[in-house]
This record gives sequence, structure tokens and C-alpha cells, in this order.
Amino acid sequence: MSTLDAHAGHHEEGSYLSGPPGIMAKIWQWATTVDHKKIGVMYLFAVLFMFFVGGMAALLVRYELIDPMRDVMVQTVDANGDLVETTATQGENLKDLFQGLGMAGDLTGTQIYNRAFTLHGAVMVFMFIVPSIPASLGNFFLPVMLGAKDVAFPRLNLLSWYIYLFGSTFGILSILMGGVDTGWTFYTPYSTTTDADHWRVVLMVTAAFILGFSSILTGLNFVVTVHKLRAPGMGWFDMPLFIWAVYATSIIQVLATPVIGITLLLLIFERIMNIGIFDPAMGGDPVLYQHFFWFYSHPVVYVMILPAMGIISELLAVHARKHIFGYRAIAFSSLGIAGVSFLVWGHHIFTAMGELAAVLFSGLTFLVAIPTAIKVFNWIATLYKGSIVLNTPMCYGLMFLFTFSIGGLTGLPLATLATDLHLHDSYFVVAHFHYVMMGGTVIAFLGGIHHWWPKMFGKMYSEPGALIGMALVFIGFNVTFFTQFFLGTQGMPRRYANYVDEFQFLHQISTYGSWILGLGMFVHLAVFIHSLVAGEKAPANPWGGLTLEWECESPPIEHNFHHEPIVKHGPYDFETTVPPHWDPKDYPIHPDAGKATH
Amino acid sequence: MSTMTDTNPTDVPQSILKSPKHWRNRIAGHHWRTGDEEFDAAKLGMWLFLTTEVLLFAGIFCGYAVFRMMYPEAWANGSHYLDWRFGAANTAVLLLSSWTAANAVRCAQLDKQFWLRVNIIITIVCAALFIFIKLKFEYMVKLGEGKAPGTFFSYPYAQDPHEPLWWSLYYIGTGIHAAHVIIGAALFGVVLYYAKRYQAYGPTQYTLVENAALYWHLVDLVWIFLFPLLYLIH
Ligand code: HEM
Ligand SMILES: [Cu+2]
Repeated sequence: MSTLDAHAGHHEEGSYLSGPPGIMAKIWQWATTVDHKKIGVMYLFAVLFMFFVGGMAALLVRYELIDPMRDVMVQTVDANGDLVETTATQGENLKDLFQGLGMAGDLTGTQIYNRAFTLHGAVMVFMFIVPSIPASLGNFFLPVMLGAKDVAFPRLNLLSWYIYLFGSTFGILSILMGGVDTGWTFYTPYSTTTDADHWRVVLMVTAAFILGFSSILTGLNFVVTVHKLRAPGMGWFDMPLFIWAVYATSIIQVLATPVIGITLLLLIFERIMNIGIFDPAMGGDPVLYQHFFWFYSHPVVYVMILPAMGIISELLAVHARKHIFGYRAIAFSSLGIAGVSFLVWGHHIFTAMGELAAVLFSGLTFLVAIPTAIKVFNWIATLYKGSIVLNTPMCYGLMFLFTFSIGGLTGLPLATLATDLHLHDSYFVVAHFHYVMMGGTVIAFLGGIHHWWPKMFGKMYSEPGALIGMALVFIGFNVTFFTQFFLGTQGMPRRYANYVDEFQFLHQISTYGSWILGLGMFVHLAVFIHSLVAGEKAPANPWGGLTLEWECESPPIEHNFHHEPIVKHGPYDFETTVPPHWDPKDYPIHPDAGKATH
Repeated sequence: MSTMTDTNPTDVPQSILKSPKHWRNRIAGHHWRTGDEEFDAAKLGMWLFLTTEVLLFAGIFCGYAVFRMMYPEAWANGSHYLDWRFGAANTAVLLLSSWTAANAVRCAQLDKQFWLRVNIIITIVCAALFIFIKLKFEYMVKLGEGKAPGTFFSYPYAQDPHEPLWWSLYYIGTGIHAAHVIIGAALFGVVLYYAKRYQAYGPTQYTLVENAALYWHLVDLVWIFLFPLLYLIH
């Protein structure tokens, strides 16, 4: 991978992946790099590792739920030959599992379950999904798509990466010490009193607190980069939509994260010094905690979904070779979502507020659906009459439209006061947010990784292999989570290890689905490893994209471009930039296009 | 960076003049077209960072407002326990330091190296004075009387059961603010070191002085809100 491109001309600069000889020298180079591409790649592997950890916890949660816990009569024969009846609990699957491993200690089955789902939620939210797309693909492609050599503050970028590692270490430490059982939401007063003689909860909360700084610094860096480092000729409305989405995301990160920072800090003080602010026994107010928490955590769901929406805009336009429909509508709806997202946090705590406030929050929540729907309609219009190529990125794009729409639409009954009374804290909510977070963010992330994989690593992946993985993910995901809508409407509450027998059938199907989903992920992993080891060399522009990253080599050189690019066409001008008889893959048409001038 | 005074380098020692860290020799990062762009970006970044600081303190102010509405008695008593004269003294100290911080920026722009250092030193001394007053005349005295936050509260003459909460907010608000004072002073310490060792700041290169001063003004501003809310309103 370290060979220089023969056409590079007088700039004899190697790929960003080429490094000094010797393994220690390489490690040192990566550990101290300020190159946004290397930092992006390190983030990519880190968040995927966290996805693996969180995913394993998810499989544990589903494993427990495959059957309810039942007290059953067991008949045994004692020493005298008499029949004795004793009661025993069956279906404590996690307890049996961990006892088999010698790790259960004196925890009950439900306690282990509580830790498993908290571990799943906390790792997935704070360590995986919040940094996922912006920190990995965003870091790598935001400067490249802007035609810049790096982000505005490269050293701050490295700092943010180390803060992420530092924060995650706290989280992992807490998990290794036995984990916490508060739920990812850390609601007080439970979170300030549970496990009182242990540091685990403090460690986990500290982890989330530290990770917040990483998030702020990345967001800040991106905002400034977008403002100050666009290539000559690139106005705001010539930016690829992925950039618009990451820009909107970064604004939310900068504005919302400090609030969770102070909240978690207060929580830590509360726990180790009993300051009483959230403690009802001292006149404190636990609902205040919930307001603070959701003031951050609702906007943060858009930190999760907006970059995903950005990816989808790229995937659909490039792989359908169509100009994106409604460019400005999509760009502005990103900002619109970012704005409204700050006004709706109350919909998580309708029952903890007055009626008027609840009605207002409900109304505002409906507003969010409007810019979201604008995007979906524009994407569908983009596909209309496009030359759709059904490769993995495109299939993930289409899958996103399907699953994310279900997720978004099921948000509406939750935003409706009368129906939410029934659905709140039920499996319906679980299904809703998995359809948006998994069916939205993760699906788009997977699509984006495939789309940009050749660019990042200079290798093609096996299309048939990836399509198999994609199909398994699609089936597994829907089997796992569609069932949960029914469970929720029938009354299955979330966060319980046990349930009445009627629910067992649906729970079982859901658990089987999770296995298919897991299998699909492993197929993807295998395809990626195969690509890195034995993949075909990727051309500079395998998909015929018109955004600037496709004008770099695959993988890009250290400073991205041989010459500062000058932007002469829009990011989606397939119809006007590429003459009809040309294969878009041949773009840039003139060998010197994009590197003509300084 | 508009100020481009033509200053005379003859009386600067050669060792400093040749250092790559000296302001005349500093060049923009490789990904910037000009130093001006880099400066603008650093400043925009700082403003964004200050926004996050404001939001951080917004949480505390919000908590203050909520509990003030819930327990007006406790809040009224609380501010009676505080002596406004110490608060006012600290306000004066911080205002003075904000002025010297702004002066430091101006001195860097004009290449007045000596006065740059003097202003920074006064700023740092003010920070120390602020912390000293806070600790010696307020925290220590109050804690000695049992006016401590939350469950540590043991003041025997409390008139309202929710006074511990008041003290919690008092210590958190002023404590986090004091932490910012210390961070700001440390930042100025770094600036002072580079200013003394390399004369690193001058008319074409004063980003760090500017950003440290911006940060310092914010620290000042937060106090301007904390002071009346805690000491003056009953
Ligand atoms: C179309 C717009 C959306 C609407 C109207 C909406 C509405 C809601 C409502 C009302 C709730 C609270 C339900 C309850 O607890 O009773 C909720 C929960 C949730 N939503 Fe959404 N939502 C939308 C999009 C999203 C997106 C895009 C994400 C994330 C990517 C998301 C993630 C979540 C999460 C994580 C929860 C549950 C949090 C918890 O209690 O642990 N939502 N949604
Ligand atoms: Cu929400």
C-alpha cells in the first residue's frame, strides 16, 4: 500500500497509510498523528469495537428474555427414598450462564439482567453511537470533501481522540468491576443510592462526563473547519449534504453536551458528597435531573441520526447517479431538526409535568417530524428515474428509507399524549428507538463504511459477501424489533427480566432475530478482513462520485490533494458534468481536472 | 490581525530573535492559506468553546432558579449569611484583572514586550487574590460554622430546613467558577512563559494571548452574574 502513484507528478507523496518501517515506529506514528484521516480510522476501529462490546451485551439481554423466569416444583428422591418437592427457579438464563463461568457471585438473575441492559445501553449510546459517524467517517471525509488538508485544529482533534480513549477506559473499568444497574439514563435517586459501597456507578458516570468533552471538541473543530476551510469556489450551497449534516450535528454537540456535563457532575457530587440537589429526602428534585438529562439526551438523538441522514444523501445520489432532489430543503431541514431538537426534551417525561407543559412538548415534538419527512420525500424523489445500482451501499440506503420511516412514524404515537400514556416505558418505545438508532444510524453507518471503504483503505470489498451480510442484517433486524412493537402494545414493560407466559412466543422470535442480526454483522466483519488482506486495489473513483474525496487517490495521500482543488461543479451535477456517453467512473474527465491550479 | 506596527527588533537578543517560536518567525499551520485565516479560526473556536462554558453554568443558574422558586425562605436566608463586602471586593479584583488582560492583548499587538508581561503578571496576581479571599474569608469561615453543603451541613441556627440545599448550590456555583479562575490563571502562566522565554507574541502573532483574555473575560462575566444572585438578592 505504500507505493507511490505513478501519476502523482512532482509531488512524490505517499499514501497516508504508508509509514516508517518497523512496528514500533508505526505505532508511534499513529499514536502521535495529527492527520485527520488516521484519527478517523482509529476512531472507526474503536467505535466498531465498542459496537461489538455493546452488541455482545445485547445478545445477553435477548438470551435472558428467551423464556420467562418461573418458579417450578421439582421432585427429588431423598436418602430415605421418599419423594420431596422443592421449588426452584427456572429460566434465569444469565445467572446460569455466569455461574457456569464462575462469575455470578451472589447476584440474583434479575440483578445480572439489569447490569446487562445498562451495559448495553451505556456502551452503545456514549461510546458507540454518539461518536460513531462524525468521529470516524466525519473526521476522515469532512476535510477531504471540503477540499482541505486537515481539520481546523489538528492537535485538538488528537486530544479529542485521547479523551475518548480515556473516558472509555473509565467505562470499561466500571464494567470489569461488575458493571452498573442504573440504566443508561442514570435516573436519581436510584443512581445515587444503588450499589452504595462501590465506585462502579461513579466510574461509569465519570466515563460519560469525560466522553462529553471529546464530543464537544470534535464538534467545535468541525464547525470551525466548515466555516474556514472550504476550498476556493465552494460556497455554502456547494457543500455535499454529508457536510451539512455533520455541521448541524456539530452544532448540537457543542450546545447540548455542556448541559449533560454539569448534570453528570452534579450527579457525581450527589453520590460522593450527598449535596442533595436531586435527593427528595433533602428537598432536592429528581425530576430536575430528568429535565437536565433529556435536555441533552433528546438533542443527542439527532447527533446520532443527522450524520446518518447525511450519508444517505450521498449514497442515494451517487448510486442512483441522480442529482439530489431538493438540495436546499435537505440542507435546511438538517438545521431545522437541530433547532427544534432543543425544544422537545419534555416528551420523555410527560407524566412528570403539568398538563399545559405536556401539551406544548407534544406539539413541538410533532414539529420534528416535518423536517424529517421532508428529507425522506426528497430522497425518494431522488431515486425516481435514477439509474439505481443495487450494490451494498445502495441497498443500505434503501433499507434506511424503510426502517427509518418505521422508526420515525412510530415516534408519533409516542408524541401523542393519550397514546403515550399506554406506550410509555413499554417495548413499543424500545422498538421505536431501535428502528431509528439501529435501523437509521447503524444501517446508514454500515452503508457509509461500504461506500467509502475503497477510499479509506484502497481496497475493494467483496460485493456478494457484503450483500449476504446486508440481507442477514435486514432480516435479523426486523425480526428482532418488529415483534417488539406488538409486545409493547400488549403491555410488556421495558427493563424487566421476567414476563407473563403470553409474551413468550414474541420474545422468542425476537431473540432468534438477534442471532440472525449478529450473524450478519460477523459476515460483514469477515468481508472487511478479507478485503484488507486480499481485496482488489480500488480505483480512485469506483462509484463515479462527484464530491471531492473521489478526486483524491485511493487511499488519499498524506495531504489529501496534490494541489488545492478548485470547485467548478456542484456535488451532485451528474447530468451536467458527465457527458452522456461517458462512464461517470471516468470522472475526473480531464486527467488534470481538479488539480489544474494552485 | 489588523495591527501591523513596524517595530524595531534591534534591542531583542539574538537567541530570541532566531528562535522559531519568536513571533516574527512563527508560520501558519500547513493546512492554512494565511496566518490571518488561522487566527480567525482559532478565535471562532474559542467563542464556540465559551458558548459551551456559558451552557455549563446555565445548568447551575437553572438549578438556582428552580430551588429559589421552591424554597424562597431558604434562599433569602442564604444570601443574608453571605457578606456582600467580600463579594464586592472579589468583583473589583476580577474587573481589574479583566482590564489588565485586555491590556495584555493590546501590548502584544504593539510589541510592548515588557508591559505585556507586567499586565499578565497583574492578571495572575488578581486571580490568586480572588482565590485567597474566597478561601480565607468565605469558604473556611463558613465551613468552620457548619455551613456546609448537603448532609455535611451542621449549622445549629438554621431557620429553614432547606438551607443545606442553598449551600450546595453556593459551593457548586462558586467552586466551579473558582476552578475556572485557576484554569484561566494557569493559561496566563503559559502565555507568560512563552512571552518571557521567546517573546512569542507580537503584532502578527498573538492568538494565545487573545484567547486567554477571551476566556478570562468569560470567567469575569460568570462572576458578575453569580455575585448579585448569591450575595445581593434576598
Ligand atoms: C420522527 C421523529 C421522532 C419522534 C416524534 C420521536 C418521539 C419520541 C418520544 C415521544 C419518545 C418518548 C417515548 C416514551 O418514553 O414514552 C421517544 C423515545 C426515544 N426516542 Fe424518539 N422520536 C423521534 C425520532 C428519534 C430518533 C431519530 C432517535 C435516535 C436516533 C430517537 C431515539 C429515541 C430514544 C433513544 C428514545 C428512548 C429513550 C429512553 O427512554 O431510553 N427518536 N421518541
Ligand atoms: Cu426524545
